[in-house]
Amino acid sequence: MRREIPLAITFLVGMFMLVDFFVPHHAVSSAAAEMKQWGTIVIAASILLGVGNLIRVHYKKISRKQEGWGYSIVTMSVMAIMLFFGGPWGTIQEGSAFNWMFLNVQVPLQSTMFSLLAFFIASAAYRAFRLRSVESSMLLISAIIVMLGRVPLGQLLTRGLPEQATLPWLTEMIMAYPNMAAFRGILMGAALGVMAMGLRVILGIERSYLGGDK
Amino acid sequence: MAAIIWTTIGAVLTLSVYSFLYKDNPFYKFAEHLVVGISAGYYLVIYYFNFIQPNVVSPVFQLRLGGEAIGLGSNTWWLALIPGLLGLLLYTRFFPKIGWVGRWPLGIYVGGYAGLGLSPIMQARVLDQIGANALPLTSVTNILVVGGLLGTLTYFFFSMKHKGVLGVMARVGIVFLMVGFGASFGYTVMSRVSLLIGRVSFLLHDCLHLI
Repeated sequence: MRREIPLAITFLVGMFMLVDFFVPHHAVSSAAAEMKQWGTIVIAASILLGVGNLIRVHYKKISRKQEGWGYSIVTMSVMAIMLFFGGPWGTIQEGSAFNWMFLNVQVPLQSTMFSLLAFFIASAAYRAFRLRSVESSMLLISAIIVMLGRVPLGQLLTRGLPEQATLPWLTEMIMAYPNMAAFRGILMGAALGVMAMGLRVILGIERSYLGGDK
Repeated sequence: MAAIIWTTIGAVLTLSVYSFLYKDNPFYKFAEHLVVGISAGYYLVIYYFNFIQPNVVSPVFQLRLGGEAIGLGSNTWWLALIPGLLGLLLYTRFFPKIGWVGRWPLGIYVGGYAGLGLSPIMQARVLDQIGANALPLTSVTNILVVGGLLGTLTYFFFSMKHKGVLGVMARVGIVFLMVGFGASFGYTVMSRVSLLIGRVSFLLHDCLHLI
């Protein structure tokens, strides 16, 4: 019963959602809307579960004084500060301390973390872009044209040439035709994969989301 | 004065993150743990106030919702209680003996989104795309789009060996895919570099007033 009940729930809910698309009746659509709301609440609860798990991991690390436990104190303290400012004693409105922390600490730090990837992408590009085959040279040429075509330098380099030879025009062409064709193919392939997986889940063939235990 | 202090803290944290380019070090680890903690706290609060409180806590505990109290035992009350209980069931995984009950809300979530996605995905990502690609082969650009899509799909078709016509089409597909990946790579690099420019501008303009 430990696996059968959740499989039955998955089947019933999945089929009901599928029926909702084809049966435009008020009773069905309002029940489906309620189910979607339930799904949103379950996701929100799972986010809280994730944060709870993070607290558990760092609490264990601190209490056992494992390697790097000092950093865990940083994580826990900052989390507590955010909860204090945004929780029952605070507010999440614009202009609040919570919002200020988000805008002035979280957003800049996250953008710095992402900008760090620029350096790693550059080193990955060096390895990937070496002209070893026709395919890799296509990748290289396309990337260079798109990168230069979107910045003023690209316009400057091809200034004076006929429009069809300028980098911005070539960028537009790449984006509008070969790029679109390739990504349309990928999109269709991925969609078919998602649908196949959805059917497998609803029919109980795919059970990995239930975990490994009996 | 406060602005100077906060700008300095921002600069120190920015440099701490960039210090990872040299090697992993305590400054980077500090900034990394700071981001994790602040993000966890932020999302916890946001998800609670946006989803849990208005949809579960307020109705179930008879708090006023939009000026109207929810009657105990009413339909609205039950419809708020059930998903709340389902959410709570997720936490049974902390108790190994009853941890399997946590699969019930998972079943609702996974089944719901699997069923919900099937028809719209078929409509938007397959049928509409086929419709948009059904172009008359009267211009070079149309031939490029139709040929590129057929080539890309052929490349991902593994039920037959890529020989003869199929091999040629798969080869065309690879060329289109490579051009597409190159364009995506270019865009990714540009977005990261623009973030980098933003941070360098913060350091040189806001902190050091050099530019």
